[in-house]
Amino acid sequence: MKIRVLVSYKESVLDPQGQTVRNSLHTLGYDFIQNVRQGKVFELDIDDLPREKMELLITEIAGKVLANPIIERFEWEILEKSGERHP
Amino acid sequence: MKCGVVVFPGSNCDFDTYHVLRDVYGQDTVFLWHKDHSLQNCDIVVLPGGFSYGDYLRSGAIARFSPLMQELQEFADRGGMVLGICNGFQVLLELGLLPGAMLRNKNLKFLCRHVHLRVENTSTPFTGRSERGRILRIPIAHFDGNYYSDPQTLDELKKHNRIVFRYCRADGNIDEESNVNGSMESIAGLINSGGNVMGMMPHPERASEAILGSEDGHVIFDSVFHYLKSGSPNKKTS
Repeated sequence: MKIRVLVSYKESVLDPQGQTVRNSLHTLGYDFIQNVRQGKVFELDIDDLPREKMELLITEIAGKVLANPIIERFEWEILEKSGERHP
Repeated sequence: MKCGVVVFPGSNCDFDTYHVLRDVYGQDTVFLWHKDHSLQNCDIVVLPGGFSYGDYLRSGAIARFSPLMQELQEFADRGGMVLGICNGFQVLLELGLLPGAMLRNKNLKFLCRHVHLRVENTSTPFTGRSERGRILRIPIAHFDGNYYSDPQTLDELKKHNRIVFRYCRADGNIDEESNVNGSMESIAGLINSGGNVMGMMPHPERASEAILGSEDGHVIFDSVFHYLKSGSPNKKTS
């Protein structure tokens, strides 16, 4: 099974990197961009687990290791279930 | 006194810190490998600067899970003295021994230069030999030193006088320019509620010998050794 975890700064936290990206987009003429928030993506290949247990563990890992809850928030999604992979 | 300097893969101020503790202050000093499980009866443990684990994930985030950190946590809980410098401060934040987190510097630049610090609290074991409001000139060298915490935590820190150092101008005044990295409240150093764990972004070990341009780091190390000998932070003899 493949899980994707997205980590980004909380709304209350300034993201100077995102702001810099937005500013350069404006410099290039893409004025319609209002705001940019930069984050991180983790793709986890995991063993098959019962759904409930998997949800519990992924949430635990994301909150304990992948994100720092003081400054960051996270969300995750299932990218691909076992057996769905195509060669 | 026995001093321990923790070594993580990617630590790069470990030898500087070891040298200063041993050769400048004449203390019995040992390196503590992060994979070991013993603090070797040290009286104070220093987490040095550097880039533990290449700053992967977040600064200090991986080092926090090193085996030795379990012992460090217990040592700190028992009142053991812990000093985190730069990356060591970041590790202490990730460990939860100090509150808050570090963001990238406000100007997105790695800052490596001397800054001025104002000593805000002189009743800690790390600053007992200083006068209140004394200005120290000590170098910083970091990318992620922009201190952040939620407003309640910040109020707690202020209320209990746990902000030990603030970035300031040479005359001691604080403004946006003197707050080099954008830290909340210009925080450069913090202490825990027990008063035995301190983290600071500036490097006192790089300001302990005149040949390096400043000896203001003595304030911190002298305070520590005074405290360990006398059991009390303050009370100067001269």
